[in-house]
Amino acid sequence: MAKTVHKGHSATTAKVSLLDRIKMALSLHKKNSVSTLLDILRQPANSLMTILVLAIALALPSAFYVFSQNAKAVSGSWNGGVQMALFLKDNTTEQATQELMQKLNLRPEFDQVTLVSKQQALEEFKSSSGFGDALEYLDDNPLPAMLVLTPSSEVATPSQAQVLVDELQQERIVDVAQMDMQWVQKYHAMLDMAQKIGSFVSILLAMAVLLIVGNTIRLAILNRREEIQVIKLVGATDGFIRRPFLYTGFWYGLIAALLAALMVNIVIAVLRGSASTLAELYSSGFSLMGLAPSHTLSLLAFGAGLGLIGAWISVNKHLRDIQPN
Amino acid sequence: MIEFHQVFKRYEGGHEALKGVSFALANGEMAFLTGHSGAGKSTLLKLIALMERPTRGQVILDGQNISQVKDRHIPYHRRKIGMIFQDHRLLFDRSVYDNVALPLVIAGVSDRDIPKRVRAALDKVGLLNKEKQLPIQLSGGEQQRVGIARAVVNKPPLLLADEPTGNLDPELSAEIMKLFEQFQQVGVSVLIASHDLGLIARMKHPVLTLKDGRTIRNELAEAEFDG
Ligand SMILES: Nc1ncnc2c1ncn2[C@@H]1O[C@H](COP(=O)(O)OP(=O)(O)O)[C@@H](O)[C@H]1O
Ligand SMILES: [Mg+2]
Repeated sequence: MAKTVHKGHSATTAKVSLLDRIKMALSLHKKNSVSTLLDILRQPANSLMTILVLAIALALPSAFYVFSQNAKAVSGSWNGGVQMALFLKDNTTEQATQELMQKLNLRPEFDQVTLVSKQQALEEFKSSSGFGDALEYLDDNPLPAMLVLTPSSEVATPSQAQVLVDELQQERIVDVAQMDMQWVQKYHAMLDMAQKIGSFVSILLAMAVLLIVGNTIRLAILNRREEIQVIKLVGATDGFIRRPFLYTGFWYGLIAALLAALMVNIVIAVLRGSASTLAELYSSGFSLMGLAPSHTLSLLAFGAGLGLIGAWISVNKHLRDIQPN
Repeated sequence: MIEFHQVFKRYEGGHEALKGVSFALANGEMAFLTGHSGAGKSTLLKLIALMERPTRGQVILDGQNISQVKDRHIPYHRRKIGMIFQDHRLLFDRSVYDNVALPLVIAGVSDRDIPKRVRAALDKVGLLNKEKQLPIQLSGGEQQRVGIARAVVNKPPLLLADEPTGNLDPELSAEIMKLFEQFQQVGVSVLIASHDLGLIARMKHPVLTLKDGRTIRNELAEAEFDG
């Protein structure tokens, strides 16, 4: 079959150079991204509700994250105050006691090892309990000698401390090894559980974001059903049609994440005053941390990413159904 | 340009819209496709544009069996065909200029080249002074000419028109047909579905007549190797 006269002209579209193609692709991206952003900003009434819902869904996990970071910092600053007590067996010799003290002093896990002898324990008890006179009537001093250990910063978590306590319990002359740390452990356990619940809720909220963006994009696609049919007829690829919807999802996610970061920081600013009063009462150097810049960036990336993915899922699901007729 | 070899099309639901149609439209030829409503004219055009796939038989476009065109290559296939519809299928929220520019934007023509090609197409259909208007501000005949400008702006070798004058009075219809003849004269192949027998008779072009999905009269060439 001979070529038509016209074929020569039509080939011009096919013979665009690679550089020109890249330039065109970039310029299309620019146009799409700008025009979809303007569409959202120009009709805030349409998108405001959606974006607010998205922002709340993103703000909740972020706020939770900030508070759990703060809670960890609190328990960290309290860990240092924890001490261990080794109650020694009654028949322990002076020499055995000294040996154990030396051994413990050499270990990097302990900053300080103090001996409280039977006599000292008794004095202390007398002066602090008010039962001093009653003890006069006992022949024997019933209080055991004890070693008080102050862990160094190497012992960072309650579980590490617990391991140490368990180990010291095995010492021959140690009757009972104790840690006055039960509450820290409980605190950590609660923190652990709260974090698990928080992660679970965060996953649910992330899925909610996907669904909300997906549904918004679905409506946008259905709204433009006829337009999509027409541009498919004049030779648009799925990629060409998909792109503006993907950008719309991206912007929704990004704007919502910006709002979410703002919300979280406002809440923290409001709480900061009362938190510092509380910290003073406990003479703790703790101060409430906000969203760090790196976390704000992650939040923005996360929001934009979720928006993009939600739009992608929706577009793939619904564009195929729209065919020209 | 186009060859149909014993083409059948059965729609979902069982209706057989084409029952063994064969013909050949030569390069640069202009022809009419006619028949009563429901004869299968639109179906035949849709098969060429791959809006539908044949149940049996072969459709050859420019030497290529188009059943081999994969779904994801359909957009590139359609860029070789300018399509015109009775209802124009314009984007009503965009200007005449933007409507005509659409195929160029889609094909990735550079921003530098788009304006002069859009204006050349609008000039050919006599609408150069209306480029800023919205389609809704134009008459039916003008809207159809915008549709034609959009169909030819990418200089496709083939134009398909489905009842392009269906809603127009005889005078405007004749103008539109003259426009198609002008494109044929510069080498474009043109296939026009129409049931306006009077108009078709006045123009000296071969006619393919369908009835209930069968060819009852073929003034075009038979497809080669085919009875
Ligand atoms: N998508 C479809 N599904 C089922 N039947 C269809 C479809 N499109 C057309 N038909 C049927 O196929 C036959 C031919 O239709 P069509 O090609 O539109 O005819 P024409 O354009 O000549 O009026 C008609 O009987 C019509 O009802
Ligand atoms: Mg029809």
